[in-house]
Amino acid sequence: MNQNSTPTHAIDLSAIKRDRRHRDLASEDVCLEVKNLDLYYGNKQALKRINMTIPRQRVSAFIGPSGCGKSTLLRCFNRMNDLVDGVRIDGTIELDGVNIYDRQVNVSSLRRRVGMVFQKPNPFPKSIYENVAYGLRIQGINSRRTLDEVVKKALKCAALWDEVKDRLHDNALGLSGGQQQRLVIARAIAIEPEVLLLDEPASALDPISTLKIEELIYELKDRYTIVIVTHNMQQAARVSDYTAFMYMGELVEYADTDTIFTNPRRKQTEDYITGRYG
Amino acid sequence: MEKVHIGHHISQQFNEELEDIRTRMLAMGGLVEQQLADALKALTEGDTELAERVITGDYRVNAMEVSIDEECNRVLARRQPAASDLRLVVAVIKTITDLERIGDQAERVARMSLRLTRSNADRRPYSSLRNLGERVRQQLHDTLDAYARMDTEAAVQIARADLQIDRDYDALSRELITFMMEDPRTITWALDVMWSARALERIGDHARNICEYLIYLVKGKDVRHVSLEQMEAEARK
Repeated sequence: MNQNSTPTHAIDLSAIKRDRRHRDLASEDVCLEVKNLDLYYGNKQALKRINMTIPRQRVSAFIGPSGCGKSTLLRCFNRMNDLVDGVRIDGTIELDGVNIYDRQVNVSSLRRRVGMVFQKPNPFPKSIYENVAYGLRIQGINSRRTLDEVVKKALKCAALWDEVKDRLHDNALGLSGGQQQRLVIARAIAIEPEVLLLDEPASALDPISTLKIEELIYELKDRYTIVIVTHNMQQAARVSDYTAFMYMGELVEYADTDTIFTNPRRKQTEDYITGRYG
Repeated sequence: MEKVHIGHHISQQFNEELEDIRTRMLAMGGLVEQQLADALKALTEGDTELAERVITGDYRVNAMEVSIDEECNRVLARRQPAASDLRLVVAVIKTITDLERIGDQAERVARMSLRLTRSNADRRPYSSLRNLGERVRQQLHDTLDAYARMDTEAAVQIARADLQIDRDYDALSRELITFMMEDPRTITWALDVMWSARALERIGDHARNICEYLIYLVKGKDVRHVSLEQMEAEARK
């Protein structure tokens, strides 16, 4: 009766399907571009021929088992690996078309543009206010008015203002873990970076604090390009637009998050996200 | 993903839960298939006792739907399945809805067989309806068989065969209209036959839906509301 081989109605169903938040990597504005990146810790190769683009003002998540290279790759984006002994890096990473490994690049100014937040919140043993103002002070900005303004804006942006506005001059170490992590994010965004790197930002937090961080990530992506490394696959599924699955130093699959979590192309990805042994 | 394999989870318990959902869905399919076979037998042989049994037996189909649905909800809440596991749970939730409706249609056929048997109107054996019934029963059997084997190629063939069922149904309605025009005394009988045929045709549509869920489960492609050609292309990718 129904479902003839030729549709009798003129409605274009593909348009309805495309209506959801469907993402397509190829049509995104490129923020970071990784080209043929190899990284060695001594003799051990930790990253193998990585090629990928990180889209601007989107959340990209890196998932994979421990030791797969996801944190190493993340740290390449603001040259944190430079500090590691015996590290060798081949290939390039371009931020807005400029290779960040070029000899002329000033690493401090790179890190101002590419901020980072770690797994364990690491506030300085100073007041809440001074933690957030820190980045500006080392840039030589000391105007009270400017600092007040920036601190308030950053704390609001990090969804922490209401909780701390009456005790800005208390020691930051007195905050809860979840609050400390949001404080560290406020500190990172106070200097208005372009890119925010988050390395397991919620793995030391309780579920409610985790949700607050995730909500914050969602709010922040309007203004920042966010790259997040997480062990929690459901978290990657919740917060990211794109997901990269890495395994043994290789980028196995990188696609929009909907595809990765409903219909991945590669068997290795499927086995990992469904909790199978490969 | 070419191959959907339920096992090999690190959590053995999760393996068992998914396998259980699938097994119970297939068992429900078996029950529905039996209901349909009995209803058709009652219809062709005028076996009122069997027809009654089909009618009272429908509650078991309903109960299975509810219980499998519950189990799927539990797995979604507790395991947050992804990729092929997620597709399995979603496909099962949809499949059991169609199976339950097939059960309702089988019950309808049984009710019609009671009316046809009990009516005083001269009861003529009606081979067109029997043929349609046989075709639909085979269709349902093949569908469940394809599901058990995760065979998308068979699913496409079954969807194609549904067109033949639709054609048979159209031909049968035209025949019945001719009877009714020639002799208005056949109208009561013809309408009962028509309702039975309609129920059978609907079962064919539900079987096709189930084939679509199977292709979604195995290939991750949504082939609802697309042409047969598109469905075929997606299933073979």
